Amino acid sequence: MLWEIDLHPRAGTLDREAASVAAEAAELGITGPLEIYTARGFLIESPAIDDSQVEKLATELFSDSMVEQPICAPIGKAALDAPPNASGFAGSLLQVLLKPGVMDPVASSAETAARDFCSTMGDIPIEAIRTLRKYWIAGASEEQLAKIGSRVLANDAIEQFFVGPLPFDRLQLGSEYQFALQTVELDALDDEGLMRLSLEGQLYLQLAEMQTIQQHFAKLGQQPTDIELESIAQTWSEHCSHKTLAGRIAYRDENGERQFENMLKETIFAATQELRARWGENDWCVSVFRDNAGIVRFDDENNLAFKVETHNHPSALEPYGGANTGIGGVIRDTIGTGMAAKPICNTDVFCFAPPDTPVDSLPPSVLNPKQVMNGVVSGVRDYGNRMGIPTVNGAVYFDARYLGNPLVYCGNVGLIPHEMSFKEVQPGDLIVSVGGRTGRDGIHGATFSSAELTSESETLSGGSVQIGNAIEEKKVLDVILALRDRGLYTAITDCGAGGFSSAVGEMGEEIGAEVWLDRAPVKYEGLSYTEIWISEAQERMVLSVPEKNWEAVRQLCADESVEATVIGKFEPTGRLVLKYNDQTVCDLTMDLLHNGRPPVIRQAEFQPAPVEPVALPQRDDYTVDLKKILGSYNVASKQSIIRQYDHEVQGGSVVKPLVGVQMDGPSDAAVVRPVLDSRRGVVISCGMNPRYGDFDTYNMAASAIDEAMRNCVAVGADPSRVAILDNFCWGDCENSQTLGSLVRAALACHDLSLVLETPFISGKDSLNNEFSYVDADGTKQTIAIPPTLLISAMGQVEDVAQCVTMDLKAAGNRLYLVGNTNEEFGGSHFSLVNNLTGGAAPAVDAELAKQTFAALHQAIRQGTVRSCHDLSEGGLAVAAAEMAFAGEVGASLDLSKVPTSAESVGAVGRLFAESNTRFLCEVRPEDATAFESQLAGIPFACVGETTSETRLQIDEATGGKTLVDAELAELKSAWQSPLSW
Amino acid sequence: MPKPRILILRAPGTNCDVETAFAFEHAGGQAESLHLNRLLEAPQLAADYQILCIPGGFSFGDDVAAGRIFANQIRHHLADVMQEFRAAGKLVLGICNGFQVLIKSGLLDTDDDRGPTASLSWNDSGRYLARWVQVSADNKKCVFLAGCDELFLPIAHAEGKFVARDQEAFEQLEQAGQLVLRYSGNASDYNPNGSLGDVAGVCDQTGRVFGLMPHPERFIDPTQHPQWTRLPKQGEGAGLQLFRNAVRFFS
Repeated sequence: MLWEIDLHPRAGTLDREAASVAAEAAELGITGPLEIYTARGFLIESPAIDDSQVEKLATELFSDSMVEQPICAPIGKAALDAPPNASGFAGSLLQVLLKPGVMDPVASSAETAARDFCSTMGDIPIEAIRTLRKYWIAGASEEQLAKIGSRVLANDAIEQFFVGPLPFDRLQLGSEYQFALQTVELDALDDEGLMRLSLEGQLYLQLAEMQTIQQHFAKLGQQPTDIELESIAQTWSEHCSHKTLAGRIAYRDENGERQFENMLKETIFAATQELRARWGENDWCVSVFRDNAGIVRFDDENNLAFKVETHNHPSALEPYGGANTGIGGVIRDTIGTGMAAKPICNTDVFCFAPPDTPVDSLPPSVLNPKQVMNGVVSGVRDYGNRMGIPTVNGAVYFDARYLGNPLVYCGNVGLIPHEMSFKEVQPGDLIVSVGGRTGRDGIHGATFSSAELTSESETLSGGSVQIGNAIEEKKVLDVILALRDRGLYTAITDCGAGGFSSAVGEMGEEIGAEVWLDRAPVKYEGLSYTEIWISEAQERMVLSVPEKNWEAVRQLCADESVEATVIGKFEPTGRLVLKYNDQTVCDLTMDLLHNGRPPVIRQAEFQPAPVEPVALPQRDDYTVDLKKILGSYNVASKQSIIRQYDHEVQGGSVVKPLVGVQMDGPSDAAVVRPVLDSRRGVVISCGMNPRYGDFDTYNMAASAIDEAMRNCVAVGADPSRVAILDNFCWGDCENSQTLGSLVRAALACHDLSLVLETPFISGKDSLNNEFSYVDADGTKQTIAIPPTLLISAMGQVEDVAQCVTMDLKAAGNRLYLVGNTNEEFGGSHFSLVNNLTGGAAPAVDAELAKQTFAALHQAIRQGTVRSCHDLSEGGLAVAAAEMAFAGEVGASLDLSKVPTSAESVGAVGRLFAESNTRFLCEVRPEDATAFESQLAGIPFACVGETTSETRLQIDEATGGKTLVDAELAELKSAWQSPLSW
Repeated sequence: MPKPRILILRAPGTNCDVETAFAFEHAGGQAESLHLNRLLEAPQLAADYQILCIPGGFSFGDDVAAGRIFANQIRHHLADVMQEFRAAGKLVLGICNGFQVLIKSGLLDTDDDRGPTASLSWNDSGRYLARWVQVSADNKKCVFLAGCDELFLPIAHAEGKFVARDQEAFEQLEQAGQLVLRYSGNASDYNPNGSLGDVAGVCDQTGRVFGLMPHPERFIDPTQHPQWTRLPKQGEGAGLQLFRNAVRFFS
């Protein structure tokens, strides 16, 4: 029998959900006035429970009598149809449920708890539980109701909604699977047929690749099975093999032509290899570009692992689930690094279309950017917070071109003992799956992420969208660390894109593997052998366990309520053999999977556009410009997001994302102390400048590296111990110009890395970030994202007591500007708020940058710097304003003192240019001599002082025209208000 | 005098166990982490300890409601053990999620014959909030708060709003001296979640069982203070006092 327990807000308490639905409906233009009541509910299937027992379950387990009123009844009863505290309500009931098979963490915890509870009332079986949400709405037309249902209440990718009572009386639990081996008639297909198969089978392989597969099987005189094709497609997917960037590329730019056999290897990896060779014995890189995360040395006992991933395509369709599983996935990457690292902090960077994009202007199937932003933030929040990993760093960028392709970068740092940094599967080891069960969720995520999104993606690829279950992953993490410390396994990796197929394929690459697919625990009946193999169900790790340790592994996992199952064996055959009920369904050589992909030569070209002059407006007062930049979305305070993240769990927080008197100033970087009885700190920061890429992606990449370094150095990191990661998100790289702009950025990464002696240790790319739709006139439109390179930096500080923050500390101190200002306005925020075009993107003088970082670091180490902030978007004026209002200390600056590369740099340039490698530092008068001597040889000047007034004043010259004059409160309000919902 | 032994009781989703154990050790205790499953299998294990602490986190995902599933495990399977523990003059501390567990399991003497009189519910904002708050302590009754007055500590929760069944129930707890920690200060948002009576922490009638929403284990080192770069050098964080009080209670 199916029972329902509804929990309504107790009479007299606020119905928060109703208020938020009303607000979101109003954004769709449905203003009503609407009368809304909400409830959350549980559907409980049990053959034996009676009404008094359900009542007891409702009052003692499910509801809180202080704030909630439960109503219980068998499904179909009238009591469930009306809100209890709304007499005379005449409206409609909408009910929202997760689609069958979508992860429902609340239901799964509720099942466990209800079974335990019912065991205390005699042995009452609980078969299944599902959750639902109920909305009673009056004041909306039928059409409006449907719109509220589909755009506010339910996301079709994962949820279904019903108007009126539920049309079922039992919970669907899947049906039995009948094994039947599927083969694919490949030999009969012509090129067109091959491509149709590639597309319709969601393999997303290119023609040459399909032909190679066809020839391979023709030579064997066999037809492939479906699972063999899938295994090849997964392994050869862009997501898993990075075939574009790690492939052959013919590149041409204004400096001539260059052929790459493996572009990434010859640019970014090559720089790291050269640095490691240069350092010799002092090499502090441990494992780079080979494992799930890059590893560097930290202290005498521990190393640090760092990885940043993207989860763009799923987040476009279902922001909450996409971001949720994005952070869950990258955490598994660090857990799956070496013999398992312990995650110590997260970093998250997002790119969205502006939140005020008119809803009416959205192309079909595109979600409202504000909804995307809220969903993504909630997804990261709920997963990161539950995992107990502090989210300490991040950024949010806005550009209209992210409308169809929002970007979600999730990063994680892990701590790993030196001796645990490497792993090696041994022949004969058991293949053990640990953690979540396998379901139909996430089928084709790896191949899907290699495809362009279209307005139909929502229906085609719903299966690749998932919800995470953070508590499952937390349990897995706890038990993995215990297993690791007892030395019970020889290797570990995560189940990410491609599921078992990728995890086992990677681990068994050098040896061979046999997998017994029928043994994998499944969430429900009915999964085919192929679905089990390629499912990307979350929260699963794969271990290789020596047979003698299996019993201990099993016991320890059971102790912590984690499921562990032997699903196969690493057999020294060099083959991948898959069986279902003892029948072989796949038999491929590892060589074909990992080396069989045909090389494709891609063309890439880049021609820098000639620099157009920018017409800078000349005014008597630039206060308004400053406020506009402070209030522009990229610069504006992200406090409403940051405060939803736990940034202090694990007890090592040193420099928080928000600093200053009111704890609301924008910190340059975060510092955490991962070992509680040590003073050594980890510094996390990032740099990203998509707007510069519209001018030249070389300067964009160089600027992003410089910015990430500046942010690290500004809080006290040692610039000779900063490791960085690259994450390329680009458009369609089959287009030679798009690919050219990427190669050019990679060349900048190579050059900067070598000069700064800052190694890249890991990276990832996400290509094909383009969105196509057919507009009202029937024309196909494509929106490509701007080239977007995220540089994430991980620095170190020997004693966290040396760290500085960006808030001004006291009146009467000197303000020094370090670094040269050039008139660089291309892609600047001054141009953005004034609608200016032209100019050149800021360049980096890498040699000077290296010296500047080293000199400033020494000055900070010696304690001569009271506060320090890097100059980025909005230049000097914005940096000074942020420092002043964060510290509630006034400042007065003299622009004539600003060090410039040329006399001709005017007032606007000195105020707002975004030249790289610049810092504003507060120094006590008594420390000035020491500070200045540390910076000898670097361009710097004392440009002003801190004051006891609560204003920021910037003059053209001492006694000259005042160009900026504002109360700190006004500036802060301009900065805080745009994103303060 | 041997060091008092502290049992850090963790469940699936507990995530502040390591730093809480560190705080107790730093205060001079000997802390050990134990999975709830072990205590359910062998409740007598509790007898080996003087202090039991339920640390912060999201036990069982906070699914259904924060701390509820853990609390029900205590109500149904560990009630006797916990009562014996308290009757033996020992200490129990619940931090954040641990406070949610304690109040929902009835261990804070907040139940009467009509059922629970107080609970912790969703923040007024409807969302998770991480920030620092000022709290003022009533240090007369509660062992953990001895010598404490005004404290500055971080909170990080979504369901920390203290609610009472009715005014009468609230007054009863107040008169019993159980509402020992309250959000304070002059800022307009000094009460971060809308708690009734600004309540941030509650103790039982003996003063030896205590739950609080702020995280004292996150302010042990001076560099954990959000404004430490503005302040004169300090020796330790204010949160350490609570752990020291607990450890010293047994010396």
